[in-house]
Amino acid sequence: MSGFDTIIEGVLLGGVYALFALGLSLIFGIMRLVNLAHGDLILLAAYLVLSATTALGLPLAAAALLVVVTMFVLGFVLQRLVLERVLGDDILPPLLVTFGLSIVIQNGLLLGYGADSRRLQAGAFESSSVTLAPSLSVGLAPLIALVTAIAAVALLQLIFYRTSLGRAFRATADNPAIAQLMGVNERNVYAIAVGLSLAVSVIAAVVFGIRASFDPSIGPARLLYAFEAVIIGGLGSLWGTLAGGIVLGLAQAIGGRINPEWQILAGHLTFLAVLMVRPRGLFPARRT
Amino acid sequence: MSVESIDMPASRGERAVEPPVWQVRVGTRLSRGAAVAGIVLVVVLAALPAIASRNLIQDLIFVLTMLTLAQLWNVLAGWGGLVSVGQQAFVGLGAYALFAGIVLAGLDPVAAIPLAGLFAALIAAVLGPLLFRLEGPYFAIGSWVAAEALRLIGAQFKSLGGGTGMSISPGELSQMFGLKAVQALLGLRPAAARDVLVYWLALLLAVMVTLGIYAFIRSRHGLALAASRDNAAAARSVGVRTARIRHVLWIAVAFATGMVGAVVYLQKARISPDAAFSVTDWTAYVIFIVVIGGVRTIEGPMVGVLLLWGLVTWLAQYGSLYLVVLGTLAILIMLFMPRGVWGAAARRWQVQLFPTQRWLGRSQ
Repeated sequence: MSGFDTIIEGVLLGGVYALFALGLSLIFGIMRLVNLAHGDLILLAAYLVLSATTALGLPLAAAALLVVVTMFVLGFVLQRLVLERVLGDDILPPLLVTFGLSIVIQNGLLLGYGADSRRLQAGAFESSSVTLAPSLSVGLAPLIALVTAIAAVALLQLIFYRTSLGRAFRATADNPAIAQLMGVNERNVYAIAVGLSLAVSVIAAVVFGIRASFDPSIGPARLLYAFEAVIIGGLGSLWGTLAGGIVLGLAQAIGGRINPEWQILAGHLTFLAVLMVRPRGLFPARRT
Repeated sequence: MSVESIDMPASRGERAVEPPVWQVRVGTRLSRGAAVAGIVLVVVLAALPAIASRNLIQDLIFVLTMLTLAQLWNVLAGWGGLVSVGQQAFVGLGAYALFAGIVLAGLDPVAAIPLAGLFAALIAAVLGPLLFRLEGPYFAIGSWVAAEALRLIGAQFKSLGGGTGMSISPGELSQMFGLKAVQALLGLRPAAARDVLVYWLALLLAVMVTLGIYAFIRSRHGLALAASRDNAAAARSVGVRTARIRHVLWIAVAFATGMVGAVVYLQKARISPDAAFSVTDWTAYVIFIVVIGGVRTIEGPMVGVLLLWGLVTWLAQYGSLYLVVLGTLAILIMLFMPRGVWGAAARRWQVQLFPTQRWLGRSQ
């Protein structure tokens, strides 16, 4: 059964990677911005939740809600004050600004929280498991992570295709100038998109922080996993991103089973292999 | 139609048979003076080990190697539009190839340096076609993934120290080419003489790379590269082979970056995958230098590296805070002075020491 265990483990791990990837995919899709600070922003969210639970003594769910609001506002302000000034035809300025932001956040967290590993405390929930079938039981926390990822994709799809905000997102993504003529406030749409991206990242941070310990240095690796999930799944498709996360999780779980040192490497090599065989990803959007 | 058929006398003094009314020029009067000053500076730097302390020589090795990396990143990302966050891959490959050459193959360290560059170029040639499938900003993260994969592979070589790394004993380096001559010339002990030798190699690389890039940018190939960055479709329509020029640039930059990695680690004599493939040390600092100094100028990285050197000596004792300051400074410069310190100064006072822009003027 160990082979089957590995597959279950990989799929569940993929749920977390898909959550990392959703925020990245969202703002790339709408504003063609690749946020190199994405991984460090996830870490920032995890530390903020940690502070809210320990310093303020809030229960985890309330802390998460508070941080979702905080990160949404932070994203909105970040776009209006910083990113807005560098978005344009030249790809260099936004990349360099978000790279600078990544270094500032990473080392700021190191200053504020130290280099020790931390973990979010979720009580009995984190160690309990559910039995899906005879001789097959999975941890409740990883299972909830995957369910959360599926719910998050479904919710984002709903926002995108069933609300006026989603229509504004899609219109701005297709043609910002014409969207503006139709009465869409482009600046607000972009700022809401970045806010939403960071709000989704809080969910990723909470789910990840319960499952595994984290320290300030691991942000860039989260960015790389998120990116790999997006590319493996195919650009422009949220369900594809979920699938990409699961493929990455499977690759890491199988690689780690063969040799623990190969876990991360197997993920990277799978990404490069997909790039070689199917450069547009496994499930690309129909529209180009 | 190819680029050759564009009639464009690009260099000074080159007159067409029919006197043209308009002429494209790249030189300025100041640039001729700057060339003389540059030669004097290089001669002074080359003679410096005769009087300088060992500390200063080690600092200058840092300055020269970072300058070379910054010039290389500037041509790749600034002029070429290939914004790589994975250049640490080639520093690490060069460093590991040097150690493999010395420890496993018993090569002379100085002879192993160009081989290290070739090794980095070879890997770049393999990775290039894969990474070029990622457009623009996605290329940046793709190159980072490739560098991470190479770091993890580097940690698998147990004969080169695995994940913890290894050192080369001074004894193994004592027979190095040129070391005895430097010892005799300057009357130094082997360790200090090795620093001087590495310093000269770093100076040689910095001068060659800077001049090479300067000549390349001023040539029609440089113009073709800039055209590929600004509008690939339009560039192709006038005969520029955009894919090929980028691929060749990527490999050439990897070759030189690999040699810099080998030179840096010849001085350190200790290697580990985390240090040799460090994104902070070999890419973040380099990007900082270029951004602060000025993207798409030859002078920018020179100004940037001196500012970084000043900040390192002043702030490095504060550890993380130092990187927070560096990152914040880079963001502020990008927001309010996007051409960098040198770019802003050059625009304000119309100074160009190494002119790369083309001016259209009436010929006399």
